[in-house]
Amino acid sequence: MGIMTIDGQAIEFTDEPNVLSVIRKAGIDIPTLCYHSELSIYGACRLCTVEDDRGKTFASCSEKPRDGMIIYTNTPRLMRYRKLILELLLAAHCRDCTTCIKSGECHLQELAHRMGVHEIRFENVREIQPIDTSSHAIIRDPNKCILCGDCVRMCDNVQNINAIDFAYRGTDAQVIPAFNKKIAETDCVGCGQCRVVCPTGAISIHTNIDEVWEALADKNTKVIAQIAPAVRVAIGDNFGYAKGENVMGKLVGVLHRLGFDEVYDTSYGADLTVVEESKEFIERFTSGEKMPLFTSCCPAWVKYCENKYPEFVPNLSTCRSPQQMFGAVVREYYKDPEKNEGKKIVSVSIMPCTAKKEEILRPESYTNGKQDVDYVLTTTEIVRMIRKSGIVFDKVEIEAADVPFGIGSGSGVIFGVTGGVTEAVLRRLQQGHNRVDMESIKKSGVRGDDGIKVLTYNYNGREIKAAVVNGLANADKVLQQIKNHEAEYDFVEVMACRRGCIMGGGQPVNAGPRTRKARMKAYMIQM
Amino acid sequence: MDFDSLSKIGAMIGSGGLVVMDEDTCMVEVARFFMNFTQRESCGKCVPCREGTKRMLEILERIVAGNGEMSDLDELEELADMIENTALCGLGKSAPKPVVSTIHAFRKEYEEHIIDKKCRAGVCSNLRVFKIDPEKCKGCSKCAKNCPVNAITGKIKSPFTIDHSKCIKCGSCIDNCPFGAVYTE
Repeated sequence: MGIMTIDGQAIEFTDEPNVLSVIRKAGIDIPTLCYHSELSIYGACRLCTVEDDRGKTFASCSEKPRDGMIIYTNTPRLMRYRKLILELLLAAHCRDCTTCIKSGECHLQELAHRMGVHEIRFENVREIQPIDTSSHAIIRDPNKCILCGDCVRMCDNVQNINAIDFAYRGTDAQVIPAFNKKIAETDCVGCGQCRVVCPTGAISIHTNIDEVWEALADKNTKVIAQIAPAVRVAIGDNFGYAKGENVMGKLVGVLHRLGFDEVYDTSYGADLTVVEESKEFIERFTSGEKMPLFTSCCPAWVKYCENKYPEFVPNLSTCRSPQQMFGAVVREYYKDPEKNEGKKIVSVSIMPCTAKKEEILRPESYTNGKQDVDYVLTTTEIVRMIRKSGIVFDKVEIEAADVPFGIGSGSGVIFGVTGGVTEAVLRRLQQGHNRVDMESIKKSGVRGDDGIKVLTYNYNGREIKAAVVNGLANADKVLQQIKNHEAEYDFVEVMACRRGCIMGGGQPVNAGPRTRKARMKAYMIQM
Repeated sequence: MDFDSLSKIGAMIGSGGLVVMDEDTCMVEVARFFMNFTQRESCGKCVPCREGTKRMLEILERIVAGNGEMSDLDELEELADMIENTALCGLGKSAPKPVVSTIHAFRKEYEEHIIDKKCRAGVCSNLRVFKIDPEKCKGCSKCAKNCPVNAITGKIKSPFTIDHSKCIKCGSCIDNCPFGAVYTE
């Protein structure tokens, strides 16, 4: 608690962890490349350096606010330092900005513009490194890496995977998997959270755009799309809509215009998952076998469990994820020559997630030797396709998803946010669906922002104890508790990304705390 | 001479050791030497130290090789000011100090390297000009035989001469002259 003076303004602070947060609270967007409020403080980019009343400079991200502090954030020398730091970063950075996938959304590019870096006086002498395309989820281009360490801390602090870290030192330093392995040879689960925080194009989505364009152009194919619940509240970000606005109707219309023959809603698949998963849960709950039941909707979580806790693999639900449920239904439905009109069926899913690109390739995602879902496009990729086509998003008429798989329940839609699967299962278990019961489920503690939520629910006189977990580091904590018999649960929902699919690895970037809140709130209304 | 008086004139005291140098030491080369050390010691975490010291070293290497320009001095000072004030740890914060203090106290030497392409201490090999003293040369041809680029010519028993357009300043003529007739300017 206290008051500090920032550029002459008196600013009150309470529990802000550092001077930087107080500066931002004062309405000054001080530049940073290595600071994220959800990650540990690193202090490497030095862009947030400020000056006190005695002319002493310090990085505001790693200084605690003190009462009576007087600081300046924009003196001529600070602006000179920031510009020079960015010039130095750009000098050691692959500068093919015009063709870079991140162009226009690149944080480094934006800051360089803001600070007025229009000339680079130094030559790039960094050795050219090969691009790692081994993963189906992400692509790593080390030549664009500025060593801010955001991905490293995301992979460690939040996801507890540590697939990448710093190697070598000085100007030879690099962010790479251990022993310079390919990313696919590590424990990477493909969650794509590293890509979400990467300020440059060093980590990007492994795209399948070209294959889908080809399928759309081919007259002998029928292209079927399914849209995941979390896509609809995020895609509007890129087309000028308010953060968190549900633009499903527009998106369906746009996909039809792009040439998708049928556009369906993955919520339908989620409903199927709920039916199956509830049945499986009751069977196990009654018999007491393979308890607790872990959800299996999130492929990044499934892979994490397989990698780090193989002993818990039997606890994973045997149900397919909504995407795969849907994929199988589409394949079966379109077997009928009347339905497929003699054309080849190409099944495309529009997902908020990069790990879904790996899920479709898992052995259990095949039926009779055939891959159920052909391509996964993330929200970001579909945005690129829409932009390329020139279709003006908000001018397209709102359309309803096609029948018969365009109708999903609200319980299916909430799969996109943490707690959604649990809430859907509890609703399913609750016979009758009266308002009072639905309210009591809502208030059971299933909703909210926390990384680990524990709740109990009365089911036919027996108590169901559930844990709702998001973020793999949190999942690790819960698994350790279960392993050490420190906690007992009947049902455990895990989503690899913090706050669930709405903040998935394939979603539009530049999503800060306000966007998170807006996307979550969008679901509260849904429910 | 004490800690305060030395730090007042911009000297780095560190642990209290002193290094005494005379006119045979090139101050630009000393700055390059220290920058080379700190640049190698840089862990690579913060941008000012990782990228900044590398660029300062590049500039200093350019100057001692005789390829410096006057704008390099401004660039060195600009980088030094930023690195000293923004680097994360003590290594980065003090890395530019030898450069700043040598530019401050021996600016003339930097300018000689850049404008006159001369190193008054005769340390920077690229700036040395090799000459044969006709008084001392006996015309034995040993220098010419050992010159890797055939830059030395002459008649036996009369003084030899060096073609400066060919000379690569390797110094093998000095090493091989039995009469001490080869010298540098």
